[in-house]
Amino acid sequence: MARKTGGNIKDLLFERATGAFAFLVLFLAVLLFAVLLRESIPALRKFGASFLVTGTWDPVLEKFGALPFIYGTLVSSFLAILIAVPLSVGAAIFINEFAPPWMKTPVSFLAELLAAIPSVIYGLWGIFVLVPVLRDVLMKPVTKYLGWIPLFKGPVYGPSMLAAGVLLSIMIIPFILSVSREVLATVPQRQKEAVLSLGGTRWEMLRIVIGQHCIPGIFGATILGLGRALGETMAVTMVIGNRPEAILSLFQPGYSMAAVIANEFTEAVGDVYLSSLVLIGLILFAMTLAVNLAAKWILTKMVARASRGI
Amino acid sequence: MPGTISFRRKAVDRTMKALFCLAAILVILPLFLIFFDLLIKGGKELKLTLLIDLPHPVGEPGGGIANGIVGTLVITLMTMLWSVPTAVMCGIYLAEYGKGKFASAVRFAADTMTGVPSIIMGIFGYILLVLPMKRFSAWAGATALSMIFIPVVVRTTEEMLRTVPTTVREAALALGIARWKATLRITVRTAWPGILTGILLAMARIIGETAPLLFTALGNQFWQSHLDQPMAAVPLQVFTYAISPYEDWHDKAWAGALVLIAMVLVINIAARVITRQKR
Repeated sequence: MARKTGGNIKDLLFERATGAFAFLVLFLAVLLFAVLLRESIPALRKFGASFLVTGTWDPVLEKFGALPFIYGTLVSSFLAILIAVPLSVGAAIFINEFAPPWMKTPVSFLAELLAAIPSVIYGLWGIFVLVPVLRDVLMKPVTKYLGWIPLFKGPVYGPSMLAAGVLLSIMIIPFILSVSREVLATVPQRQKEAVLSLGGTRWEMLRIVIGQHCIPGIFGATILGLGRALGETMAVTMVIGNRPEAILSLFQPGYSMAAVIANEFTEAVGDVYLSSLVLIGLILFAMTLAVNLAAKWILTKMVARASRGI
Repeated sequence: MPGTISFRRKAVDRTMKALFCLAAILVILPLFLIFFDLLIKGGKELKLTLLIDLPHPVGEPGGGIANGIVGTLVITLMTMLWSVPTAVMCGIYLAEYGKGKFASAVRFAADTMTGVPSIIMGIFGYILLVLPMKRFSAWAGATALSMIFIPVVVRTTEEMLRTVPTTVREAALALGIARWKATLRITVRTAWPGILTGILLAMARIIGETAPLLFTALGNQFWQSHLDQPMAAVPLQVFTYAISPYEDWHDKAWAGALVLIAMVLVINIAARVITRQKR
C-alpha cells in the first residue's frame, strides 16, 4: 500500500515504533549467536576441530571432546525418525483417505494434544513407565537370544539409547503427522479420481499418487521432525542414561548434546569446562539450523510445485 | 483368470488399509497411556496441601509445590510483560510495512530462533544475566523464556494480520482514518482473536518449558519474592523429584506433572475456544 502521510507525523512515528521492535527481535537473534560464539572461543582455541572427533570427556584433566554427545544425539534422533516416520505417514494416510469424516477432527485434536505435553512430562513417563516396559519386554529377551549382535549387546540397565529413541519418536510424531497430512492434501483430486476410474484400488491409487507427489514433502516433514529431535532436552536427559561414551549397542546408556548441557552446566567449574559446554551448544545450534533450513527449502519447493499444479 | 487377480489386489488393499489403521492407533495410543498414568499416579497425591504447602524434606510426609506454582506464574508473567508488546509490534511491522531486506532479515531471525533448542536459550540467559549478576534469578529465567516466546508470537501475529483482507484496510483509509489508527483499531482488532490464540499457545508452551530454567531460575525450596533471586517453578520441581532416588518424591513428581499438564491444557483449550468463537 502506498503511504500518503500528508505530513502525518503520527503515522511516521507508529511505523518507526513498530520498526524499532522489529529491530529488537533481529538484535536478540544476533545477540544469541554472538554470545554463544564468544563464550565458546576458549574451547575453540584449546581444542580446535579435534573437539568434534575426540571421545574423552574429563573435567578433572580439562580434556573435552564432543564425540560421544554428537554420536548420541544423532543415533537417538535417527532412531526416533525410523520409528516415527512410517507411523506418522501411515496415520496421515488413514486419517486423510480412509477415516470417516467425523473422525478427522478428534484425531487431529488428539495429535495436537500430544504436541502440547511438556517435555519434562514425557521424561517422567519415560523413566517410570516406558523404560521398565522396554527393558523387560524388549531389551532383556532380545539380548538373551541376539546379544551377539553388537547393536543388541547387554548388559541391560533400562535407560538407553533405545529408550531415548522411542520416547523421542512419540514426541515428534505430531509434527511429522501434521505436515504429512498437509502434503497429502496437496494432491489434486482429479488425479486420484483418474486412477480410481481406471479400476485401481484405493491402495494402488495411493501408491501411484504418493510416489509421484508426496515423497519430497514427506522427506521435508521427516527433516522437520529430525530438527525437533536433535534439540530435545529434558525427555532425553531423563531416559538416555547419561554415560559419555559412544557405544554401538542401542541397549546401553548413551548421552546427548542437549543432555550434557542440561546436566553439567551448573557444575561446570573453570572457563574451559563451561566454554566446552557452550561450544556443544553452538554445534547443536548449527546442526538444528541447517536441518530446519533444509526442511523449509524442501517444503517451500513442494508448495511451489503444488501451486503450479504439476 | 481376472477373478483371482482381483482377489489378490483386494487382499493387498485390505491389508494396507489395516496397516494404516494400526499406524493411526499406535500414534494416538501414547497419549492415552500418558494421561492414564498421570491421572492414576498423580491423582493419588493430589491433595489440597500439594497446592498450598512448601516442599518438605525427604521422608517427611506431606508438603507441596505451592512455591513452584507461584514461581511458574510469576516467571511467565514477567516473560509476557515485555514479550507480548515486542512480538506483536514486530508482527505488525512485518505484516503492514515489512517489504524490504530488513523485514526479510527479521523474518529469518524469528524463524531461526523458533528452531533453536530451548536448552540453548538457557545458556543465553545464563551468560547474559547469571554470570554478570553472579547469581541465578527469576530475571534470567524470564529472559530465556522470552527468547522462545517472542519469535513464535511474531510469526503468528504476522500471519494473522495477513489474513485480514486488504479491502478492510482500504475501506478504513478511504474513510479518512489515519493509517496508524486504522492499523490498530481496524486491522489488529480484526485479527485479534487469532493473535490472542497465538499468544496463549506460546504461553502454554513456556509454562511447560524446563530446560531454559535449569541454570537461570534454578529452582528454590522456599518462597521467594525477590526477582533477582533463584525461583521455583513446577517443571523444575517435576524434574528434580523425578530423577531423585526417593519413592515419596517420585509420587510428588507425578502430582506436579498433573498440575503442570492441567495448567498447560486449560490455556490450550482457552486458545481453542477463542479461535472457534471467531468463526
